[in-house]
Amino acid sequence: MLLETPFHRRTGALCHHRRWRNWSGYAAALSYEPSHEYEYYAVRSAAALFDISPLRKYEITGPDAAALVDRIVTRHAADCPEGRVLYSPWCDEAGKLIDDGTVQRLGADAFRITAADPSLRWFQDCALGMDARVRDVSLELAALALQGPTSRDILAGLVTGADIASVPYFGLAEGNVGSVPVTITRTGYTGDLGYEIWVRPEHALALWDALMEAGRGYGIAPAGLDALDVARIEAGLLLKEVDYVSAWTALIESRKSSPYEAGLGWAVQPRPGRDFVGGKALEGEAAQPSKWAFAGLEVDWPRIERRFASVGLPPLVAGRASREPVPIFAAGTQVGFVTSSTFSPILKKYIALATLQRDFARPGDRVDFELTVEFVRHEVPATVVKTPFFDPARKRN
Amino acid sequence: MARSYDAIVIGGGHNGLVHAAYLARAGLDVCVLEARPMVGGATVTEEIFPGFRYSVFSYVVSLMRPEIIRELDLPRHGLTILPLESTLTPLPDGDRLYRDGDHYRSWREIARFSVRDAEAYDDYGRSLFFMARAVKYLLDIVPPDPARLGPRDISGLIGLARHFLGLDPEQLHLLVKLMTMSAADFLDEWFETDVLKATLSASGIIGTFLGPRSPGTAYVLLHHYMGEIDGHFRAWGFARGGTGAVAEAIASAAREAGAEIRTDAPVARVLVRNGRVTGVALASGDEVYGKVVSSSLDPRRTFLDLVEEHELPGELLRAVRAFRFRGSSGKVNLALDAAPDFSCMPGHGPHLRGAVSISPSLDYLERAYDDAKYGDFSKEPYIDVVIPSAIDPGMAPPGKHVMSCFVQYAPYELREGNWDDRREAFGDTVVDTLARYIPNLKDIILHRQVLTPLDIERTTGLSQGNIFQGELSPSQLFFLRPAAGYAKYRTPVRGYYQCGSGTHPGGGIMGAPGKLAAGTVLADLGRGRRRRGR
Repeated sequence: MLLETPFHRRTGALCHHRRWRNWSGYAAALSYEPSHEYEYYAVRSAAALFDISPLRKYEITGPDAAALVDRIVTRHAADCPEGRVLYSPWCDEAGKLIDDGTVQRLGADAFRITAADPSLRWFQDCALGMDARVRDVSLELAALALQGPTSRDILAGLVTGADIASVPYFGLAEGNVGSVPVTITRTGYTGDLGYEIWVRPEHALALWDALMEAGRGYGIAPAGLDALDVARIEAGLLLKEVDYVSAWTALIESRKSSPYEAGLGWAVQPRPGRDFVGGKALEGEAAQPSKWAFAGLEVDWPRIERRFASVGLPPLVAGRASREPVPIFAAGTQVGFVTSSTFSPILKKYIALATLQRDFARPGDRVDFELTVEFVRHEVPATVVKTPFFDPARKRN
Repeated sequence: MARSYDAIVIGGGHNGLVHAAYLARAGLDVCVLEARPMVGGATVTEEIFPGFRYSVFSYVVSLMRPEIIRELDLPRHGLTILPLESTLTPLPDGDRLYRDGDHYRSWREIARFSVRDAEAYDDYGRSLFFMARAVKYLLDIVPPDPARLGPRDISGLIGLARHFLGLDPEQLHLLVKLMTMSAADFLDEWFETDVLKATLSASGIIGTFLGPRSPGTAYVLLHHYMGEIDGHFRAWGFARGGTGAVAEAIASAAREAGAEIRTDAPVARVLVRNGRVTGVALASGDEVYGKVVSSSLDPRRTFLDLVEEHELPGELLRAVRAFRFRGSSGKVNLALDAAPDFSCMPGHGPHLRGAVSISPSLDYLERAYDDAKYGDFSKEPYIDVVIPSAIDPGMAPPGKHVMSCFVQYAPYELREGNWDDRREAFGDTVVDTLARYIPNLKDIILHRQVLTPLDIERTTGLSQGNIFQGELSPSQLFFLRPAAGYAKYRTPVRGYYQCGSGTHPGGGIMGAPGKLAAGTVLADLGRGRRRRGR
């Protein structure tokens, strides 16, 4: 049985096509209309409203809260000032990815961490010997993501008690929508200008209604996971259990990934004297790199079109994002695999997130992408490029 | 001293800009001369009323060739095409026909009128897909000339024959019907529902001085069907920021490739010496020199206005004089204080993000044409409405809207009076017609811009206000566009080329004429790659 999020009375009424997916046990809309196309374009040219309540949320408080967070995540969380948010993965002792999420610093001794999956036991175990308390607040906080170029204007006209225009990228503000207290973080999973709004569940519907009303003149559209999937691939953002397998769920060692292998090496921030989970192992890996690396791929779209045209078909891969693994070859030998791919409507390119052998993962490297057309496999050239594929200035400005 | 360029492009509309971008990318020193203060020609966004941005003339995008978008990397230069998802045809009795991407809902909607039609609708869509795929081949080739068989014409014709003989017989028959029939007759073979036939036939009359029952209109219908977005036919879209954003993106790509674009630089005439082009004289009296001059203006301007008659053979002059422009449409742009409320679909809804077609019946459209045939604008016109601000909120202040109304028929030549005197009466007719379906319309109009064919001609230079630079009827297509023997972008003046919609494959924001003409120029300069059909 799927649970309903605190917004379900609204999202359920809007989701005429009953396109739902199981997201951590909750019914999450894939799209509100038969196609997600309009919702995708709302992300890139107006504003899209996503119900992200199924995310897991943990509050970490106490004198050692900062030290605990710093122990859990690979990034140097002590660097995160109050009123800021940072994105980080976290690892097991072997330096293999467990999960990733955002860390909000609510105060000197108070943090909130979002996670894709239940993590209370792990966070509490990490706190062994520390004066810090970890609490699962997943059910105490509902959340919406408002993403897109007009999101700032919508919130600026709606939120009191906080100056939305001055909230920086990865900033955090407390304010009110009407009489409803909210936490607003300038974060998201689309690579666009956007915010996530955290609210107590009893106020969820009031927040939804206020946003939809205020957003009407700004092209606001409720949006589902299909649109989100396209946007997050364009932004080069990873999805747990799709682009990497958590060390906790991997049945075999080779399925696990380190942050370096997942393109998150930048988020591993050792410091002299800093001791974080997996730090030792990652130090070793930094000195002796793995043979696997993360890569963004641009697949030659005209060749894809021609492959389909040769059997008289339009390019059937244009549409929604794919989470099907796809082998990648170089000179006929498999050198890796694609984990997520999509046609990017805004870039007019076919793009993919891949794990490749390091020697084939440098920007400009040419590889071959396996494309199946009418049950026949072909290879189509692809080029390794830097991610994010789409990175508008408004995201940071 | 006047500056000298490798190539001068007359006109900074989308085709002129595409042409310039390809020439500049091939390494030529290129200068575009545009008469107006902004680039775009009929592809412009203007803030005529403060805070409200109108796609003044052309208003939707579909035909833009995907390879041009890709090769010029227009997304990087700011081009985003937002999908236009639905078509609503309101009916005078308060009913409606609404079709969108929801296959089964559209099926049910048509089935309210006829279950047989609902089933035929899929079959029709599939057939037109085959037709569009067959004709698409033509969009990417320089038309071979069957009357003057050079070696390239022969190989082009063989390629063409191979392509079309490769179609199965049923498809070939359908194609011949499309090239010869009227839109109404063609649709009669599928459907019995009047409003469905009327709305589908409307694509066959746009930009044409013909009614849905006039032979030749079936082709125009197909022309509007071959638009492709992301590899899928019949996908219509709306450029974020209005159609001007298309021109801006192409201009940006052209500039990046090194092209110089001068605005406020109307060209008075093309300079010719000993049968060879040497440059152009601007209206200001300045001269700009170039080894190559390409005109993106329509055939009448290109041949009759810019070049001395004695430079051209009589057969070409006769053909261009006979080339049919016959502007048939006007445009009304409205700034609205609130969203329009349709009596057939009240309130906000996805129908506001699609097209609204005022085409309740075939008789309605044919009567609208009758008025125009005898020299008057339609008392009850066909109107194609889009509300860009419902798709792109940046087009109007929050909560307010812009509404683009393409209106047909508005004949260039009026039997009585003149357009300057009758402009507002025409605008009133349009608003009155729409208000029958949108009861709140008259209360929410903040500003109205009425464009008659005369205004279109005056502002953009399109002769008689014809939006396609000449009608898209079969006798003016392919190797006959704009004239037999002159359909390969060259002219009798050496170094002088045509690159506008008046050449193959014609109008719409397609860019193909500009690109194909650039291929011809570069080949003549010995800088191009060999292409199919040349």
